[in-house]
Amino acid sequence: MNIFKLSIKNIFNKPLSSSISLALLVLGVGIISLLLQLNTLIKDQMDNNLRGIDMVVGAKGSPLQLILSSVYHIDSPTGNISLAEAETISNNRMVGSSIKILYGDNYKGFRIVGAEKKFIELYKGVIKEGKDWDNPYEVLVGSKVYEKLKINLGDELISSHGLRETGQSHDEGTFKVVGLLKPSNSVIDQLIITSPQSVWDIHETHDHDEHENENEHEHDNREITAMLIKFKSPMNIIQFPRQINENTNLQAAVPSYEISRLFKLFGFGIETLSYLAYLIIIVSGFSLFINLFNSMRERKYEMALIRTLGASRFQLSTMIIFESLVLTISGFILGLLFSRFGVMFVSSLMEESINYNLNSLKILNEEYWLLGLSVLIGVVSSLIPAIQVYKMNISKILADA
Amino acid sequence: MLKTKEVEFNYDNQMFFKFQNIDLNSNENLLIIGESGVGKTTLMHLLAGLLKSNSGSIKLFDKELNQMSSYQLDSFRKNNIGIVFQRPHFVNSLTVKENLQLAQYIANKNDNTRIESILKNLNIFEKSNKKTNQLSQGEKQRVSIALAIVNSPKLILADEPTSSLDDNNCSKVIKLLKKQATDFGAQLIVITHDSRLKKHFKKSIEL
Repeated sequence: MNIFKLSIKNIFNKPLSSSISLALLVLGVGIISLLLQLNTLIKDQMDNNLRGIDMVVGAKGSPLQLILSSVYHIDSPTGNISLAEAETISNNRMVGSSIKILYGDNYKGFRIVGAEKKFIELYKGVIKEGKDWDNPYEVLVGSKVYEKLKINLGDELISSHGLRETGQSHDEGTFKVVGLLKPSNSVIDQLIITSPQSVWDIHETHDHDEHENENEHEHDNREITAMLIKFKSPMNIIQFPRQINENTNLQAAVPSYEISRLFKLFGFGIETLSYLAYLIIIVSGFSLFINLFNSMRERKYEMALIRTLGASRFQLSTMIIFESLVLTISGFILGLLFSRFGVMFVSSLMEESINYNLNSLKILNEEYWLLGLSVLIGVVSSLIPAIQVYKMNISKILADA
Repeated sequence: MLKTKEVEFNYDNQMFFKFQNIDLNSNENLLIIGESGVGKTTLMHLLAGLLKSNSGSIKLFDKELNQMSSYQLDSFRKNNIGIVFQRPHFVNSLTVKENLQLAQYIANKNDNTRIESILKNLNIFEKSNKKTNQLSQGEKQRVSIALAIVNSPKLILADEPTSSLDDNNCSKVIKLLKKQATDFGAQLIVITHDSRLKKHFKKSIEL
């Protein structure tokens, strides 16, 4: 038996009143931690996929949609642009490097992207098994795709037209899996990647059967969906996108700008919600204080008894503070668990709807602040009861009994 | 062993008590008897170091209580004095055994064999793991005696241990107290208004 054990026994002796304060704290800490986690994870994921892309060129429409579709692969594309026009831009002296990507098909909801090989290098994709594609209709498969659909090397994938599983499911083409990619924690994990030629070929045979014998280089009507561009100098980001938007019928969008705009939009909601959560934490502190205060009055005889057994004032006050700290620290721990389950839940929702996965469960710096806040609430709410216990007149209490 | 001289105490200048001198040798038990309102509880609290007298001297085991700080009194109490209250008090969240363990912890002791032997001696060993609010009145009183003697005090102070009991139980409890004091080598001072106890003590004083 010791003072710490006694504190815990005291808490469990009154499970109902302790659990209300605890539940409030878990809720408050849980919401804040969940918001922090989701915010950080989404931001990390977004930034991670943004690396090396200064600008995206695609068809006119919403710039945010263009970014979401061709950088994050979670929205429909704005349309297609002609390959020739894209080439003109990629030959501009301000462009450092460019990657053309094009969509057309999906396999069971996972997008098949036609892209230059630089695309895989951009995301530091590494082949785990098999080899790179050499011929049309050969594909590399991202880690989440083969894990979820149990795809093996050498499998044949029959694609369907469009980007959603529910689209027309008539056979478009048969792809052969020649390589599996290691998990890279970026968008290529949820993509099936092939050469641009494969995608052109499918739609060529489908849309333009009658032109089969024409020379493609003379009448080049091939299209791409978007082009990812890195500038030679970061300075170009100010001038070049505007030039494209004003002088061509293409659209240029800057991902970092669009994403910060997106975060500003839902940052307001996050802020409001976290104020609410802080309020809940403060209320939990009050409830803890009232709890301790009442239980002290109920327990004044046992406090007096403990003193007559020879415990010092200081030991008794410590017991009260311990009781409070045990509650707030376990509230903090349960709150973190709550938020982790929340993250897993949201992540499974996101994975189902847009094949996006968030799965880092590390403790954030802000969460250490939350621990500090929980400890502070524990100390502050037990301070007055502890001081009262310290000043308690045992003789008077015992004489009144 | 206990020597008091000219002890005076007043509560906020309203109630004033002047106590007669006490001189008690080692190996003697003492009955302090008095009507309500003569300051019996006050005297007990003074002897236990829960209160400090305004003037006079209380010498217990050759230590002058009036010269000790509150911290020294706490420490003196846990090493020398066991108290049996008129109404038994316990830590309600703990079992009988845990209450005794807590008392030992406060006195920096840890001796489960002693706890067992005390509980057996008091015939409540089978209640060891019961919460104190599940005990009968008589069991509670015995547990409070156990609490008073668990740290092997040299002196047991009992405040009205028999006031609410019938003749039969009164005699049982006082015999039990005396037996425990003898068994564990402590002296006993009982403070009461209950004149039935007179026949159990060789030495008594009246307030």
